[in-house]
Amino acid sequence: MIGKDKLIETLINVQKNSKGHYISEDKLEEISKELGVSLSKVHGVASFYSMLSTKERGEYVVQICNSGPCYIQGANNIATIFEEELGIKMGEVTEDKKFSLEFTSCIGACDIAPAVKINNEVYGGLNKEKIRELVEMLRKEGN
Amino acid sequence: MVNLISRACGKISPLSIKEYKNNGGFKGLEKALFNMTPKEVIDEVTKSSLRGRGGAAFPTGLKWKFVAMEEKDEKYIICNADEGEPGTFKDKILLDGCPFQVIEGMIIGAYAIGATKGYIYIRGEYPKSKEILVKALNILREEGILGNNIIGQNFSFDIEVRSGAGAYVCGEETALIESIEGNPGRSRFKPPYPPNKGLWGKPTLVNNVETLANIPIIMELGADEYKNYGTDSSAGTKLISVSGSVVNKGVYEIEFGTSLKEIIYDVCGGIEENKKIKFVQLGGSSGACLPEELLDTKLDFDELSKLNIGLGSGAILVVDDSICIPDFVKNTTKFFDHESCGKCTPCREGNRHIIKILNKFTEGEATERDLELIKEISNVMKEASLCGLGQAAPTALITTIKYFKEEYEDHINGSCEVGKCKMKKGVAANA
Repeated sequence: MIGKDKLIETLINVQKNSKGHYISEDKLEEISKELGVSLSKVHGVASFYSMLSTKERGEYVVQICNSGPCYIQGANNIATIFEEELGIKMGEVTEDKKFSLEFTSCIGACDIAPAVKINNEVYGGLNKEKIRELVEMLRKEGN
Repeated sequence: MVNLISRACGKISPLSIKEYKNNGGFKGLEKALFNMTPKEVIDEVTKSSLRGRGGAAFPTGLKWKFVAMEEKDEKYIICNADEGEPGTFKDKILLDGCPFQVIEGMIIGAYAIGATKGYIYIRGEYPKSKEILVKALNILREEGILGNNIIGQNFSFDIEVRSGAGAYVCGEETALIESIEGNPGRSRFKPPYPPNKGLWGKPTLVNNVETLANIPIIMELGADEYKNYGTDSSAGTKLISVSGSVVNKGVYEIEFGTSLKEIIYDVCGGIEENKKIKFVQLGGSSGACLPEELLDTKLDFDELSKLNIGLGSGAILVVDDSICIPDFVKNTTKFFDHESCGKCTPCREGNRHIIKILNKFTEGEATERDLELIKEISNVMKEASLCGLGQAAPTALITTIKYFKEEYEDHINGSCEVGKCKMKKGVAANA
């Protein structure tokens, strides 16, 4: 039996192994039973931490940093460019479920601002051209 | 620039014990375990004048003494690797470049305070660094440097890695402890402080990555030689993370006593072409914004406290004159609003109301009364918030009102000199 204190680790692992990078209602219930933690607490923890999601996201979760160092290097423009390239707004998922867009707090890539984190990879020094190439590369990679 | 704490980073293969040893690795641990009593170790750390490198700058030796004084069988040591302060990426350099050094510091700390178990709490945004740490711990167990009877001595100690999941507030000790226990990371009421009642109610030492990385060096050199670095009031070196409009952004190790000007122009190659410096934010989003006139300020605890500001994590964000102050502070406050755990009212409500009022500034609808109001709210937050997050959240606001008051007044009068704000009434200066 997994210790109750491993709740966050468990949620991270479950989310990592889900294609849509999220923890479904079924999984929340399963975790609650497995760890002997009340469902309300599992929900509470899953909703407290920004990296955890109970809503289905894309195969590639595009997280745009909008903390100070990236903000002054034009993070909002970066967000607009991604919105245009992917045809969705911040907080949305593409129809083919390949990409989702969201903001994130500082990811420690301030020396290469403006930066994004896509799943486990960090990309910096972004501009319109680089974002186009990046999206194209990921579209191909996913197929 | 110096290479004291970061001497092995980038020079050795991070997971090679042999290379680490060739660069002085485990000399400090051996000295502590073979030749010194736990009390002597604590005395040496105290004598070194080392202060916490995470942001609060609490004297490390004193913290260790508090935990050592507790007469309990079970005690914990936690390495705070939840580096979340915007603009800070120095702990990552140590964790990725020389994980053994951080772990060595933890083992020495555990020996000194009498801990049998340690945790490294690493932010969820650094999954690759976490993998390196797990590997490093396994290597040390195989080598007999971690686990039972460490380096053949009557001292046993092991470490587990735990991951955060995206919560800035978990960098605060008690929120971090809540998170390791599997709870939402909400700060606890203090006292009791962690050295008295921490993880699972037991005495707990929480130290930042960089603080722990200093320990093997202090043990190896001895406190007296260590104090040759830095100034009388601030011993040693500091890792700084420089970002923004400088030519060479990155992490550098400097001696205390170095001025901001030296850092920007000598270490980082100056300001990017065609840009003019407007202010420097020192210590991350929770830090003070200093105008160009104060760039001769030296990184030194005493000198900074005279200005009533702190060094924080050592993040230095250089901001040029294309940035509008109320707009920048609004972005900073949005960060704190998002990251507030919501437990105490001043922080939860204060950030929300500051954003609302700053919106009036950036839309040209603010009045003198609004300026007074945000001053009042920020004072309440600073004085009455439960933890460091809410207390420090309005620092950028307070310091920009102090040093850039005319820019707030310009917005009240309907103009934004940068031309960033779309004024609903009045005309933007550059429109």
